[in-house]
Amino acid sequence: MSGLRPFALHRPDTLDEAIDLLEQHGDEAMIYAGGTELLILLKAGLVRPRRLVDVKRLPRLREVAEAGDDLVIGATVAHRDVERSAAVRRRCPLVAEVARHVANVRVRNVGTVGGNLAFADPHSDLATLFLIFDATVELRGRSGARALALGDFIQGPYETARADGQILTAVRLHAWPAGTAGAYVKYGVYERPTLGVAAALFPAASGRPAELRLAAGCIGPRPQRLGRTEAAARGLDPRTIGERADELAALAAVEVDPMSDLHGSAEYKREMTRVFVRRALAVAAGRAQGAEAHARYAHTVVV
Amino acid sequence: MPDTHTPSSSRIACTVNGGPVALDVAPHALLLDVLRDRLDLKGAKRSCDLQVCGACTVLVDGAPVSACTYLAVEADGRDVLTVEGLGVPGALHPLQAAFVEHGALQCGFCTAGMLLTAKALLDEEPDPTPEQVAHFLRGSLCRCTGYKKIVEAILSCATTPSGAPR
Repeated sequence: MSGLRPFALHRPDTLDEAIDLLEQHGDEAMIYAGGTELLILLKAGLVRPRRLVDVKRLPRLREVAEAGDDLVIGATVAHRDVERSAAVRRRCPLVAEVARHVANVRVRNVGTVGGNLAFADPHSDLATLFLIFDATVELRGRSGARALALGDFIQGPYETARADGQILTAVRLHAWPAGTAGAYVKYGVYERPTLGVAAALFPAASGRPAELRLAAGCIGPRPQRLGRTEAAARGLDPRTIGERADELAALAAVEVDPMSDLHGSAEYKREMTRVFVRRALAVAAGRAQGAEAHARYAHTVVV
Repeated sequence: MPDTHTPSSSRIACTVNGGPVALDVAPHALLLDVLRDRLDLKGAKRSCDLQVCGACTVLVDGAPVSACTYLAVEADGRDVLTVEGLGVPGALHPLQAAFVEHGALQCGFCTAGMLLTAKALLDEEPDPTPEQVAHFLRGSLCRCTGYKKIVEAILSCATTPSGAPR
């Protein structure tokens, strides 16, 4: 027996048509792409749309494009396509590697980048990772296009700044300068990660000091850039970051805003943040100095 | 609250296990239900219903998907493979023969999904490492074998076979 309530399925071929459908049907309609999250909610009866608007036929949304220093990933690009995209591997290789570890191969074949971001499940890898690429999301509605920093787009668990009638069309990542070393470390015993830490060490360049970018996700209502910890690491070379990883990780543990859920208490997550920020910094600092990390930790993926 | 909204069915035409299939499906019909209840293909199983276990895995255009969380209309124009299309008694697919030979199954509930996932892997990477096999099988849960024999059975079908049965 199917667990789904009946709905009508609209499959527009153009963005304008899709926006019109959303405007016309308002609360009755929901956007449908891969369905890997939405169909589970439908089965559980948590949402009951009478209409789904399939955005998979909208042409530009399926593309990955390079634009200057940016990488633009269309909203309906599947995780497996990110994993295998030559443009992603060239511009943002860490993103391709993390895509390879999203959920499982079935979800990666069907689930989309835009769906992942628009769903704003707090236990997700991409949003955390994209924060250290200074990502912006692109939204289109009847009144035109707007771009929004990813950190402003994601407002809380399953909550975004996307207005009714708007469609997330793409996410834009700013590729890192040459010589940047990055790492993504995630931990979890369930299907969805319990914690994800993304770190990047930017080398010093003409008049600009070396820079740490650091984000933590899954532990709180939304993924977080850790600006105070980043500031404390400003100007430090990779070797010093490696040596001071304990101290920086302790700062990060104070800075995060964890919340208790089925994955653990807020206190537990704060402590795990300390442990995994330390590990992520060690991996990234090692890479910046030409050494790949071989340490392995239980239930942990090091990318 | 009665739902008087009755969206119309649409006609889909696809290939299932090598043969053409055309049928009317409702927009909300799940591929798993169409396969099991309309086409009497019971190999794909409903288990977790959340895409975490792999028991409902089928291949769509060669790629593993969770039929429990996949609209049947998405199969329109595509090629669907279930375990029934992989091999038949007397003419088993090499992976099926290897699973038998290696004892890579016990209760059998996960086996259809394991076989199809393994086929998809070998089709794109004919000579995987044990790590690649384990990575690809993430999200395909077996509660009997402990996976070792499954991984060995799959590796025995690689272009450079390893792990002869013991």
